[in-house]
Order: sequence, then C-alpha cells, then structure tokens
Amino acid sequence: MAFESFFAQAFMYLSAALVAVLVGKRLGMGAVLGYLIAGALIGPSGLGWVGGESEQITHFAEFGVVMMLFLVGLELQPSHLWSMKKQIFGLGSLQVLGSTLLVAGAVMAFGTGWKPALAIGMILAMSSTAIVLQCLTERNLMKTEAGQNSFAVLLFQDLAVIPIMALLPLLALKQAAGGHGHGHGAAAWMEAWPAWTHPLATIGAVVIIVLVARWAVRPFFRAIAKTQQREAFTAAALLLVISVALLMTKVGLSAALGTFVAGVVLANSEYRHELESDIEPFKGLLLGLFFLGVGTGIDFGHIGRNPGTVFGGAAGLLLLKGGLIFGLARWRGSSCGPALIFASALAAGGEFAFVLITLAAGVEVFSEDVSHTLVAVVALTMAATPLLIMGSHRFTAKGMAEAPKEERESDVRDDGAPVIICGFGRYGHAVGRLLHTQGIESTVLDNDADQVDTLREIGFPVFYGDAVRPDLLLTAGAARAKILVIALRDPALSLKIVEVARKHFPHLKIFLRAHSRREAYEFIAAGEERVYRETLDSSLRMGTDVLRMLGLPAYAAHRAAKLYRKADETFVRRMVAHRNNRATFMTAARASQAIYEEVMRADPLQSADEAWTPPASGDGKDDMVP
Amino acid sequence: MAKVLVVFAHPAFQRSRVNRALVKVAESIEDVTVHDLYETYPDFLIDVRDEQKLMEEHDAVVIQHPFFWYSSPALVKEWLDLVLEYRWAYGEGGDRLKGKILAQAISAGGPEDAYRREGSNFFTVRELLAPYEQTARLCGMGYAQAFTVHGANDLNPAALAECSQRYASWLSALCDGSAPLWLDSPL
Repeated sequence: MAFESFFAQAFMYLSAALVAVLVGKRLGMGAVLGYLIAGALIGPSGLGWVGGESEQITHFAEFGVVMMLFLVGLELQPSHLWSMKKQIFGLGSLQVLGSTLLVAGAVMAFGTGWKPALAIGMILAMSSTAIVLQCLTERNLMKTEAGQNSFAVLLFQDLAVIPIMALLPLLALKQAAGGHGHGHGAAAWMEAWPAWTHPLATIGAVVIIVLVARWAVRPFFRAIAKTQQREAFTAAALLLVISVALLMTKVGLSAALGTFVAGVVLANSEYRHELESDIEPFKGLLLGLFFLGVGTGIDFGHIGRNPGTVFGGAAGLLLLKGGLIFGLARWRGSSCGPALIFASALAAGGEFAFVLITLAAGVEVFSEDVSHTLVAVVALTMAATPLLIMGSHRFTAKGMAEAPKEERESDVRDDGAPVIICGFGRYGHAVGRLLHTQGIESTVLDNDADQVDTLREIGFPVFYGDAVRPDLLLTAGAARAKILVIALRDPALSLKIVEVARKHFPHLKIFLRAHSRREAYEFIAAGEERVYRETLDSSLRMGTDVLRMLGLPAYAAHRAAKLYRKADETFVRRMVAHRNNRATFMTAARASQAIYEEVMRADPLQSADEAWTPPASGDGKDDMVP
Repeated sequence: MAKVLVVFAHPAFQRSRVNRALVKVAESIEDVTVHDLYETYPDFLIDVRDEQKLMEEHDAVVIQHPFFWYSSPALVKEWLDLVLEYRWAYGEGGDRLKGKILAQAISAGGPEDAYRREGSNFFTVRELLAPYEQTARLCGMGYAQAFTVHGANDLNPAALAECSQRYASWLSALCDGSAPLWLDSPL
C-alpha cells in the first residue's frame, strides 16, 4: 500500500521533527541543530528507521528554502536591498572568489590536480542559506551587522551558483561526459537554442517575475480577498511561489533567487502580512524536513572508514573559510564580535554543495569516493554551523555586554510600529493620522479589499488582512507593538479580535471603538476598559455649541459637556450588569439618572455655593470672589 | 491716543456681577478692545500667534480678573506662560512689548484695609502683584498702578455704579497716557 508507507514515513519524520524541536529548544541549541541530529539518528546510518527515500525528501523539502527566501524578500524593502548592493557584490564576490581559491590551493597541496581542486573549491565556497538564516533569526541576529553581512553574502552565493553550474562540466577530466544532472544549469529544453539566447531568457524570466508581481498579482489577490475564502488566499499564495519557482527552474535559475525577487517586489504591497502568515507554516514544516534530510544524509559508514580525511577536511574547511571571512570582515571595518559571528555563520558548506557535488560527480570531475567525502564534510560542517553561531554569539555577548543591547534597541526603532490599527475606515483613519502627526507610525490592517486599494492609492501603508488570525497579528508586529486599536464597525468581529489578542498577546493595550451603548456594554462586560462610543464626542460638541448659541459662556458650556461625559461613562459602567434584563435595566436606568445630577452638582460652575463664589464677608479666602 | 487691550478672564462669568459691569464699561470706550480669554479658549488651547498679534496692535495691556487666591484665574497664567515667548517678549531680540504699558484691574472680596501689615492679608496689593510687575520689567514695559475693587461681594448698586465710573476714568487715563505708573517704561 503506497499510502501506508507514505503515512509511516510521514509519521516518522513528523515525530522526529517534534522531538527535535522540543529537545533542541530545551537544551538551548535551537531547532535547526535538533533537526540535524534527529535526522542523523533516524537515518540509514543511524537507527535506520528511514531509508533511501531521504534524498527525495530532501529534494522536495528544498522547496522550504525557496519559501524562506520568498519570506525574506517580503521583509525587505527594495530600497533597503539597493542600499545593500555594496555588501552583496563587494563582500559576496570576495568571499566566493577568496574561498574558492583558498580551498582549491589547500586541496592541491594534498596532490590533487588543479581541475578537481578548483571544482572542490567552488563547491565548498557555498554556505547554507537555510541553516544560517534560520539560526540567525532564532538568535535575533538578523538585523545586526553580522546578520546583514551574512545575508548579503548568501544572496551573492545564490547568484554565483548559476555560473558555477556552467563551469563545472568544463572542469571534467573527460570532456563531454553525460548531460547535466537534475535538470539544473541551463534547462534541457533550451539546449537547442543558440548560446546567446540563454542569458536573454534568464533576464526575461526575471523581468516577467518583476512585472507580474508588480502589476498582476495585486488585482488577482484583491479579487480573491473579496471572496472572503481564506483557503483560496492560501492556495493563491502557494500558487504564486510555485509558479515563480517553476519559471526559474525552466530557465535554469535558482528557484530561491526567483521567489526572493518576487518577495522583494511584493514587500510594499498590502498583502504582505497576509502572504507571510499563509506561507510561514509551510516554510517552517518544509525547512524542518529539509534539515532532517540533511541529517539523514550523513553517512557514518563512510566517515568511519575515512575518519582522518573527513574530520580533517571539515576542520580545515571551517578554519580556512572562516579565517578568510573573518579577515574580510575585519578589513572592511567590522569589529571583532560581529566579524566572528559572520565568519562562524558562513564557514561551513551548504545545501548547494549537494547539488553541485552530484553534478560534478555526474560529469566525472572527481571520483565517487571523493564525492562521498565531500558530502560528509559538507553535512558535518552544516551540522556544526548552529553550534558555531551559538558559540560565537555567546562569546561575543560575554565580551561586550553593552554592545548587543544597543543593537537590540535600534532594532525596535527600525522595524516595530508601536501601534496596530485594525480597520481604517472613517474612525481608525482619524486615529492613525493623529498619531502620524506626532511621528508615531502604525501598522494598519483592513479586510475590505476596495478600501485598502483606495487608501494605498492615496499613499497610506495599509495592509490587507483579517486581524482575527493570531498569525496575522503576529506578522503585523503584535509581539513588539504596545497598543492595539480596534476601530471596526462590526462588534462581533471586534470581540473576536479582542479574544485572540488577549490570549496570544496579553501585553497589548487594547483600544476599542463601540458603535453605541449596546456595544459598549458588551465590550465592558468582556473586561475591556478603553471603550470609545463613536458618536458621543461629536454629539457633545454639538450640544456645547448649542448651549453657547443660547448664551452660556463658552467655558461653562465646555465644562458642562465634559462633566456630562464623565457622568455618562459612570452610568454606562453601572448599567453593564443589567444589559440583558429589560426589567432591572429600566429600574437601574431610572435610579442612575441621579448620577448625572450628582456629578453636575459637584462642579463649582454648575452650583451657586462653591469655590469660585464664596459667601460674602471677611478675610483671607474670601478673595475668591467675582 | 494709545490703544488699550483688556485681556479679561473669569471662569464663571455667568455669576459675576462686578466684572460684568466693568467689562460693559470697557467695551463702551472707543480705544479699548476687550478680549475674553475663557470665552475664546474654553479648552485652554491658546493660539499664541493670534495673542501676540493682538498685543502688538495695542499700546497698553490690561489684565482684568477676579483676585483668586492673591493671583489670577488659571487661564491667565497659561496665557502668560505661552504668549510671552522668549525672543518675542524677552531675551535675545525679544523686544516686541518694549515701551508698552502693562496694568491690572482686579476685583477682591476683602476690604481695602485688609491689604496691609495689620490686616488679615498682611501684604499690600502691589506686593501681591509683584510677579506681574516683574514680568513687565523683564519685557521692558511700564507697569501702571492697578485698578482695584474691594469688598466686591457686597457692593450695592450705587457703589457698583461708582466703581464703573472709576474704571472708565482709569482706562481713559491709560488711553491718553496720563495714568500714574508704579514702574516707568524704559523708553
């Protein structure tokens, strides 16, 4: 039964994943390392619970890396990417070239020919986007100098894979061996085309992605958002990522790079947060699978037969590549701490290496035996990466206790709007604009696709999204924000959001718009304090002006309205308990009328015998007189 | 003729007798502008530029108010705090009030003889108004002898009429420059 074996495998992988996360987090080493170790344990050379299919699974799970880069792109404004161009092309090219030459030189020193040595150099120059980004995110290091540098170099490596794939067959010992493995490199269907068309096809594909993401995706998503079918939106989000990945593979580009570009183009769009929360679970699961797959790929048998070569190679790689990257970072003005984290993040091999090794072995650049050793070295160093990042982070955090703190504070300023506003109609709009005049930014969510569209045309950074979803609140920054403003018309929806926010983000201070007293009762009964009836202030302002028109001095009218509001709020709070019982409600309402009189009488302006007008005669305090 | 601005402040104007009469008198004099602070800014949101412009258009400024707790109602303090800006009223380049006259018209509940060492209020009216006099000095203004109504709670109609008459001549003296000063202007 195909299904049975599928379920058995799914059971094995999922339970291993869960155990890995739980144990990894508990031991403070992060989920990635947990996955890798769990993978090694259940793999063919460990307990052997999963077998030969692991390579297929890794291949499938590579899609997680593609999704991760899509999400990274979504988080990255194009302007920010542009400002990183020096790091990407300067630092990136130096790292790739330097590592290639250094490793190739070292390999040649052991008597290998220059062609296989150069191939090995290029293969090992790559680092693991998946592991590094995931580990840096886990440790909250992405926004730091080391994180940004690592990201820039990884991005360049994604670009560099393409020419490397083209170069590898040229380094083959026997020229013109079999075709390209895996359909990577220039795709088979383009082979018949003249060589000069290949770069054009590549550029064309990227242009198509940018154009489609820029012009076609938004109307498409708006149409889907209008259907209010959440699963349709999820399907559309997946479809977007998959079609971009497909197009990129067709022209022989890295799928991750393509989705990254699509992500960057969509980073300014109103659907950003919704897309993030839809893709995120898939990405997490697939990445987990991917790490498990890498773990299962560690061939302990081969390591056992050649311990010296494998461990020596791994240690040598980490030292050479790490040393070079550390040197580069120092040369470019980084201080020791960030340079150390940067170096430890990128010193290891990466998942691209597996693809390149297969490709190189396919065209016989080196022998099967060498490729086994390389796979083991890459897998071992990849497994060591989380440990290295953890170690260097702890080491530098200890060394410079105050420096990381500064970085953290600036993080909050960079990317965390302190206020989330749900609903940007007439009501939320005024709130947001008032805050804006005081330099306070808000993240605005609205689930009316047309409204979002109009507002964005005017220039408000509004996002489409259904704030009832905790994951959407999270991507909107609920973990960092201080205040949640719920300015929706629909009280049932408002209450749902309150419930979700109270459960998942108890630190948020919630401000609620209530349509009328009826809704105000419900919100107060639900335990909310900051409830604002939408018509109260406007009607009191009108009442004030009517009083003035009738001859009451402005200040007296102003105070009367303020006092009335105070009394009214007291009244509403007192009536909450009776809201569902008409009989007691009426009795309580009649009795509560006294509240208004009480409050009014307590004001010197409203009664004749208080502070501003004391009785006549005498001394001292009697100067309080007209 | 000098133009006089009466900056008036009373938080409960609807119950005031004396100040109502005084405001009426002030409004009847040609060169006097009456500006009611509590009517203009019931929310205390003072428009500083408007107020400064108004002061620049006049040669003397009278602050008219009940003498609450030996001082002014709250909005007058807010008005002074905000309107008399650095670089406008005082300090570097702050000479826009220089040569103008500041004066006060106050209504007090206590009798006149309470405002001396032997009386229940110990200090004289001029002593109690020292912060305002010093404000005038810092802004390069003269400070006129204050107009006072004593025993303001018990005035009979005749006394009230006499007060109004006295206020009219006091304001006219400010207009024609004959008002006696406690502090001369530096010009």
